[in-house]
Amino acid sequence: MKYVIIGNSAAAIGCVEGIRRIDNDGGILIISDETHHTYGRPLISYLLLGKTDRERMKYRPDDFYARNGVETKLGVTVTKINPDAHTVETSEGETISYEKLLVATGSNPFVPPMEGLDTVKNKFTFQNLDSALALEAAITPESNVLIIGAGLIGLKCAEGINDRVKSLTFVDLAPKVLPSILDDDAAAIIKTRLEEEGIKFYLGDSVGKFTENTATLKESGEVLGFDVLVLAVGVRPNIALVKDAGGACGRAITVDSRAATSLADIYAAGDCTESRNAVTGDLMVMAILPNAYMQGETAGINMAGINYEFDKLIPCNAIGFFGKHILSAGSYTGDVYYTNDGTNYKKLFYSDNRLNGFILIGDKHPKDGEIPAYDRAGIYTDIIRNGTRLSELDFELIAKRPALMAFSRVTREEYLGGER
Amino acid sequence: MKRVYVNEKWCLGCHLCEYYCAFAATGKDDMARALKGVKINPRIHIEEDTAEKISFAVSCRHCTEPYCVKGCITGALSKTDGVISVDKDKCIGCYTCVLSCPYGCVQPTEDGIVQKCELCVATTEGTPRCVAGCPNSAIVFEERL
Repeated sequence: MKYVIIGNSAAAIGCVEGIRRIDNDGGILIISDETHHTYGRPLISYLLLGKTDRERMKYRPDDFYARNGVETKLGVTVTKINPDAHTVETSEGETISYEKLLVATGSNPFVPPMEGLDTVKNKFTFQNLDSALALEAAITPESNVLIIGAGLIGLKCAEGINDRVKSLTFVDLAPKVLPSILDDDAAAIIKTRLEEEGIKFYLGDSVGKFTENTATLKESGEVLGFDVLVLAVGVRPNIALVKDAGGACGRAITVDSRAATSLADIYAAGDCTESRNAVTGDLMVMAILPNAYMQGETAGINMAGINYEFDKLIPCNAIGFFGKHILSAGSYTGDVYYTNDGTNYKKLFYSDNRLNGFILIGDKHPKDGEIPAYDRAGIYTDIIRNGTRLSELDFELIAKRPALMAFSRVTREEYLGGER
Repeated sequence: MKRVYVNEKWCLGCHLCEYYCAFAATGKDDMARALKGVKINPRIHIEEDTAEKISFAVSCRHCTEPYCVKGCITGALSKTDGVISVDKDKCIGCYTCVLSCPYGCVQPTEDGIVQKCELCVATTEGTPRCVAGCPNSAIVFEERL
């Protein structure tokens, strides 16, 4: 096979579309341990919430594989990469050769060792469609659900099932919710909103011991009863295939701006990789869907023989909880521009003539005539992504509200009279 | 590939483009009847600085490398024949596209999903209504190299 892709989510689909921009003929094989048609991974909470369904959550139309000349092996696991022979081995005992390989193996939930965890029968993770369906089958209106980990995965899970269970309780070692994307003030706003929904939090604490239906907390000594346990502590990038093949890995598979690994003809993209943060220059895991797609696409274009670099990846998130909507990007260092009217929260972080990051929170359904803090946030994102010098624009104006008016006339002419 | 281009120096700041845009979205025949008493939420917006006497219209650029499409978590945003459009049935309103668009041209609807300029493909005239209705040719629809 000319192109082999391990994985079937955003990075894999991006790779197919990247290849097909260049090469309409070369055969593509997707091998995935999941059996489903490609679906939007972050949609699993919306599925439980009833805001989407199995049909609408398909990431691409039913004819995607046929139209793009893609063969699939679903429900099949790749067990080994032989980089010298240019082959992969599968759980079916097959050996499949490739000319170019993409590793888009994603990540798996990380479950730290906790005493007594093995005695808990009703325990779940919240990572993919199958895990969401398993959780859905286990909950009832009488369920008391304990979620370990108040990050993106845990909180989205909570939103998905809150109306379908009796109670929801969080335990997290971090002192605030969403520590990876929010500062203290913003985290307090979201936590308050979640508490209004009846959700309870034990933060800065962890479980010392589980029994089948109880968790005893280390710090407070509190004993929490539960029927259903969700483990959302974190994820680990799936790096074993590349690492065992001798490819460079840090916390994840190390890739360059062409999405190439250190192994010849092997590329990697998405949650299994670490790549260069365009703002800080640091190598880091930026496990978000847009980056997975763009990295996959970058890999695909290179796999098809065109030298193409993409170096504008930054961490960013758009996420909502119970009517509060958060848009955030970049890193939260430097001087702070801060406004907060009680509903609309805005923090811009800047230093050395550059915008480093932002956190914007507003209501999902703003009042009549109200402009939410997140309106046109992409203009900020683009300034961060491009490293635009703040002296080149009217920062006072743009800090109040993102607008192209803040750019010079020449820049506006390029933006609105040209093409990108 | 024809695109909507904005000639800032010709813009009068009359906001007619916004009304034509909103009118196009109603699918109705008569603009006055369609928009009477309606609070419009158009897909094209005038930015203006009255002190400096600057105004210009901003709408989707239908980018060659569209961050909104590439970042869409549902596949609701796609590009066909040069036009980026939203499948309103698939969109769940996460606003990743609002976070991604360099021009601030993907915006929320009252229903909590998103809308954007789709070059009036749903109307039959071939020319977007904002362009056809602009009294001073400040918005044009043309091929540029």
